[in-house]
Amino acid sequence: MKPKQPLFWIFTLLGGLILLFIIGPLIGMFASTSPAELFEASTDKEVQLSIWLTLFTSMGGTLVFSLAAIPFAYLLARKKFAFKWLVSGIIDLPIVIPHTAAGIALLGVISRGTFAGRMASSIGIDFVGHPAGIALAMAFVSIPFLINAARDGFHNIPEKLEKAALNLGASPTRVFFTISLPLAWRNILSGLILMFARGMSEFGAVVIIAYYPMTAPVLIYERFGSYGLNYAQPVAVLFITVSLLFFIFLRSFSKNADHADN
Amino acid sequence: MLIIDKLNKSWPGFALQDISFDVNSGDYFVLLGKSGSGKTALLEIIAGITQADSGRIILNGHNIANQKIQNRNIGMVFQELALFPHMSVKDNLAYSLKNKNIPSAEIHDRVMEIARKFKIFHLLKRKPAKLSGGELQRTALARTLIRVPDILLLDEPLSSLDIELKREVRALLKLINKEGTTIIHVTHHYEEAIILANKIAVLNNGKLIQSGNTKDVFHHPASKFVANFTGVKNYFRSKFSQKEDKQIYIATINNEIEIYTTQKPLANEGFIIIRCEDITISLIQTNSSAVNQFEGSITEISHLPHYYEVTVDIGVQLTISLSEKSVLKLQLTLNKKVWVSFKATAVRII
Repeated sequence: MKPKQPLFWIFTLLGGLILLFIIGPLIGMFASTSPAELFEASTDKEVQLSIWLTLFTSMGGTLVFSLAAIPFAYLLARKKFAFKWLVSGIIDLPIVIPHTAAGIALLGVISRGTFAGRMASSIGIDFVGHPAGIALAMAFVSIPFLINAARDGFHNIPEKLEKAALNLGASPTRVFFTISLPLAWRNILSGLILMFARGMSEFGAVVIIAYYPMTAPVLIYERFGSYGLNYAQPVAVLFITVSLLFFIFLRSFSKNADHADN
Repeated sequence: MLIIDKLNKSWPGFALQDISFDVNSGDYFVLLGKSGSGKTALLEIIAGITQADSGRIILNGHNIANQKIQNRNIGMVFQELALFPHMSVKDNLAYSLKNKNIPSAEIHDRVMEIARKFKIFHLLKRKPAKLSGGELQRTALARTLIRVPDILLLDEPLSSLDIELKREVRALLKLINKEGTTIIHVTHHYEEAIILANKIAVLNNGKLIQSGNTKDVFHHPASKFVANFTGVKNYFRSKFSQKEDKQIYIATINNEIEIYTTQKPLANEGFIIIRCEDITISLIQTNSSAVNQFEGSITEISHLPHYYEVTVDIGVQLTISLSEKSVLKLQLTLNKKVWVSFKATAVRII
């Protein structure tokens, strides 16, 4: 497309509007929050705890579930099996169902009266109202991002490389850890970051599983409901800032990995 | 050494059927076939990447048809080379040795040794993306040979190389074979078979049409397909020299027969080919533009479906294709003395 074509200018204008739509409210919120309010929010113990809890539970959920999600993604990328289309559809379900409904569904499985709930209780974990429950809710809604990214990553590796490794005497396990995993690493890392970020921002499912202890999105909602916009805004700004810093840090880590590969 | 016995494998729309052939220790065996004939699939079955439906693969007396790929000591160099892009040349070379839990000092020594032999010592720290075509090919060969496989399988190893690199890699493959490595080489270029193989097999549409030593298959094709595919019967190892006028070169066969060519040779020795249809026969020496003229006697006349093939002994056997009309007109019979002629431009160096 030549830059001077009218179509180019129309598309650029439309793109600009979309960008404004995303950035506008955020800039507005940042602009209407004074440094003093931001400082006050950052020294508020409840706010600090909620942000740490959000980061910790999302990170924990992402790492624990990745142990199963990554091998599962490999299976999806490499093997043909009956009803694969159905399995792929199931993986994307958490993206399309309302997250409060997801929370209710999850609660039906992990609440104290259920088998899973009793099993967890027997080892001292009560999911409802517990960080472990929050991590579960976050993972439930965000795991498709990891599985899909990792599956694409594995799918993009030429199978000949794995065959060559087998031909060189490596066992399938060694091929997975020395060839498949390192070569899909960029996509997997990107999936991990997306899952972590999506988990952090989850409100609907988390609020059903655990209103307390409060994650940052729940705290923002609670401050808004109880005290109004002015009280919710500084917490929101602070959480967005911390999330962005984390996101930038992880992305730069992923880019460094790209450069190292090249 | 390797016996392929009644191997069958079917996929939707294609099947390898009843494939049998033998490869002896030290052989350079070229499997010739067009694209889609099943050559690569056959190599993958031998390597263990694909499982055959039935049949035996006997390597050194043991049927390995059901053995896991990682337990077969068969080295394969893929057409795409399949070097691990995230590893350095050194790590690529060491990969198979690490699979065997060999002590790291020994791995280091063997990597250094093979890197020197394949002239990739200076590339050890580089990743494959930073290598040239020839360097990639040498690294892939070295990576496969470092584990000393019982047999080396090559899938179209010269297909993506330019003429200069082809020559270099061909010489390397010859050397590897000369040092004792048994090779099965898959290609669709008959020239590669002429230059490298002592035995060939021709595969068409999943079936092995003919196998045997290279000269037999080229000179006595068992079917029209093999005749068309192998295409050339007049190929001769020659030594090259240059005429004084520098416009023309001489290919000397068996140190006695001198054939003129306009093509500049790239080495002192090599092969020349002359297509059967580029040679003419006459009863007396003619004054024509053909600078290559030889007297000889007819040793064989074969009647093929649409033409005749006449073989004339001029010191080497030269095969000429002729129409029935020409054979009758010249009254060609066995042992008859004739003259054969062809232009210098008809002599191709491969």
